[in-house]
Amino acid sequence: MRFGFNFLLGAFLTALVILAGVLAPWIAPFDPVLDADLMNFEMPPDGTFWFGTDGQGRDVYSRILYGAQISLTVGIVSQVINSIIGVTLGMTAGYWGGWWDDLVNGFTNVMLAIPSLIFALAVMAVLGPGLASLLIALGLTNWSWTCRIARSSTLSLKSQGYVQAAQTLGYGDLRIMFTQILPNMMGPILVMATLGMGSAVLSEAALSFLGLGIQPPFPSWGSMLTDARQLIQIAPWVAFFPGIAIFLSVLGFNLLGDGLRDSLDPHMRTRTR
Amino acid sequence: MTISTATPADGPLLQVDDLHVRFPISGGGLLGAGRRMLHAVNGVSFALAKGECLSIVGESGCGKSTTALAILGLQEPTDGTIRYRGRMLSGPGAPGRMQRAKAVQMVFQDPYASLNPRQSVRASLAAPLRLHGITAASEISDRIEAMLADVGLTPEQAVRYPHEFSGGQRQRIGIARALILEPEIVVLDEPVSALDVSIRAQIINLLLDLQEKRGLSYVMISHDLSVVEHMSDRVCVMFFGQIVEEGGWRQIFETPAHPYTRRLIAAIPDPEVAMGRRAGAERFAGVPSPRGRDFVSDGRVAPDVFVPPAPSELVEIAPEHRVRLALSARSADVP
Amino acid sequence: MTQPLLDVDGLKVDALFGRYAHPIIRDVSFRIMPGEAYGLVGESGSGKSVTSLGVMGLLKKPLRAAGGEIRFKGRNLLTLPKREMRRLRGNRIAMIFQEPMTALNPLSTVGRQIAEMFVLHQDKSWAEARELAVKALESVRVPNPDRRARNYPHQMSGGMRQRVMIAMALACNPDLLIADEPTTALDVTVQAEVLRLIKDLCAERGTAVLFISHDLGVIASICQRVGVMYAGCLVEENETRALFSNPRHEYTRGLLGALPRLGSRSLHGRQRLVDIDSIIADRSALTETRFIAPRDGQEERP
Repeated sequence: MRFGFNFLLGAFLTALVILAGVLAPWIAPFDPVLDADLMNFEMPPDGTFWFGTDGQGRDVYSRILYGAQISLTVGIVSQVINSIIGVTLGMTAGYWGGWWDDLVNGFTNVMLAIPSLIFALAVMAVLGPGLASLLIALGLTNWSWTCRIARSSTLSLKSQGYVQAAQTLGYGDLRIMFTQILPNMMGPILVMATLGMGSAVLSEAALSFLGLGIQPPFPSWGSMLTDARQLIQIAPWVAFFPGIAIFLSVLGFNLLGDGLRDSLDPHMRTRTR
Repeated sequence: MTISTATPADGPLLQVDDLHVRFPISGGGLLGAGRRMLHAVNGVSFALAKGECLSIVGESGCGKSTTALAILGLQEPTDGTIRYRGRMLSGPGAPGRMQRAKAVQMVFQDPYASLNPRQSVRASLAAPLRLHGITAASEISDRIEAMLADVGLTPEQAVRYPHEFSGGQRQRIGIARALILEPEIVVLDEPVSALDVSIRAQIINLLLDLQEKRGLSYVMISHDLSVVEHMSDRVCVMFFGQIVEEGGWRQIFETPAHPYTRRLIAAIPDPEVAMGRRAGAERFAGVPSPRGRDFVSDGRVAPDVFVPPAPSELVEIAPEHRVRLALSARSADVP
Repeated sequence: MTQPLLDVDGLKVDALFGRYAHPIIRDVSFRIMPGEAYGLVGESGSGKSVTSLGVMGLLKKPLRAAGGEIRFKGRNLLTLPKREMRRLRGNRIAMIFQEPMTALNPLSTVGRQIAEMFVLHQDKSWAEARELAVKALESVRVPNPDRRARNYPHQMSGGMRQRVMIAMALACNPDLLIADEPTTALDVTVQAEVLRLIKDLCAERGTAVLFISHDLGVIASICQRVGVMYAGCLVEENETRALFSNPRHEYTRGLLGALPRLGSRSLHGRQRLVDIDSIIADRSALTETRFIAPRDGQEERP
């Protein structure tokens, strides 16, 4: 298989985020929460504090490494929830049609009409702040597009000969959905999930920035931006590095998603063989 | 529930009686009021004997594919009955997919769309066997190997995926999949029309060999009359939802009675006719309509599919040779 | 001797993948005389459609002409500036495709699309062009041409759309009509009507035809001379009658024997069809022999 430059760059950036998150306990020079040193607050980047220190003297570099854990968890878990909801609803709606399809379609349209951040805010308001409620809120908000793609893929796959053949061979509906339809639409679903990881990271940052996500003193890139708000004039690096981290990880997820879309296309695969 | 395997004496294997399929066309009012119905299949009846190849020919939109889907249970008939060995295959009390699967299978037109690209050949042949209670790994392997040999593929090719095969090989895999449960009836939906010319002969030969070897009965859906003539025992000609002529292959191709059948045969681009070595359409010209009665349609103008056609009946003009004629009462009314 | 209208001479076309050039057309030569209907027959991948794209100057990446000449009335089309090629296309050389829906603009009436040909290539005014368009529709035997001219493509059946394509293609009385599988997507009775139409109109106007098809029967009913293509080579060429009665290349023989022939079962009973792979041991050697029959009053070409 050949991959384009974009895919490789996306994979590299994503790998960087994963490595940062996984290896944070070993490679971070300081503890992200406990090593607050008020003697060294708002230090510009130097040999000891690579990305400088924040208003409470904590090492920004260490906090960004630990923040990657939060971003990754949010990105992956929320997209797994999204995909399960979206695929289940979309595939069954497309396959069975009828009143169930109408119902799912109506529900999807309502969800698409509500701005996802507002919906997530409402869920967070009910569940209260914290990582668990953040995951639930983001997992419940962005499944509509996955659902639509799953439904339209199912509609087109349903008329394929091999799905009809499976029916004549005696397969039940669920077996057909899981063995004949799902594997053939995993490509677009995976792409949607990867692209969704980017927007989930952004939503997490926004919610944390608004004070509803990860609570201080634990580091998430969004909450780090909140803390940096008052320091933007005197210590711009405190805002700059989390901003860059968000930018690069979202870019990475998006490029990876685009690259996956190209390489998962079975026609592309036979051509490059 | 299982389908009885005892054949009623001399009864046909498959009996289709007065089959109707109607589709609602969107655009109706509230609660379906004023919804127009498309009459895709309009009172089709035929019987299929064991070991026979019955072809249903006609042009796009004539209802031949819908008829095939109804036999396979992929399309619920609006009216009429389909019986397999005397037992109902449609309507209430019809067997489920599992029982039906051992009776009727299908070979699809497009060998590229009819195989799951993410299943190896072995997987797509083993899954139906397992589903139908054959779980011993050795038996599954034996049956797959024998099946592949029958369709001209090697056991080593079983581990490959569809995109590694040519169109002709894919069609062989499609045939293997249709036969793996050992059905008695196979519906062939344009089995060679998507294949390259030089490959068609191989698949036609294979289908005829398998029919003889396994005593299969075929219902072939096709618009290619030269393939139909080569393969069929009997032929039904369909025109806008109705059978307009039915007979043995010799009757249909040598003494076609309905003007639409003649038009279909005459329309085939035939090198022999083109070079003047054989008489073309003119060999049927001047034959009057049988028994002095009118045809409902001469097959030239497409009728309105939303209005019921004029009353007509299939009239036997020779043994086993039937043609659709207008009801005599009606032709008497016309001044 | 008359000059050929189209002289394809040693045409080579490559598909360029990175630095690797994969040959698609390997040295194909044939001539079409003015007013002649010439058929190219072959299976998918034989290069027959690529040849026609080459003549139209429509080779797109990764395809590129790698050698040879395509002379149309003595001018080499491969070296012609794009501007001049555009002027020839639609005017002197016209083309019809398998699926007319992709070639027609869905947002414009068919009358307007035909009229556009007259405006574009013959500097007619729109009012004149519109009348000519209705006449053109009438000439392809479309019933109620003035009413049909106001239809959009989706309001027509496949056969009607193909008639519209033919009307557009023949609007400017081209010298050469390239027809690439124009009837493959149509029902048999409609196919017969469209074939008859192409045959009659081109004979009437003296338009030469390059007819591309996989269907030997279609080719036989419309062409005077046939070339058989296999794997990018022209392996046999002859007058239609001679090719069908005395095929000389083993591939041609295999193709003809592989087809069930209407009426042969009545005469000879059901005979096993020829399996081309059983009579041809090595397909890769097929292109090494070629049988190009000479035209009347011409020496056999090597």
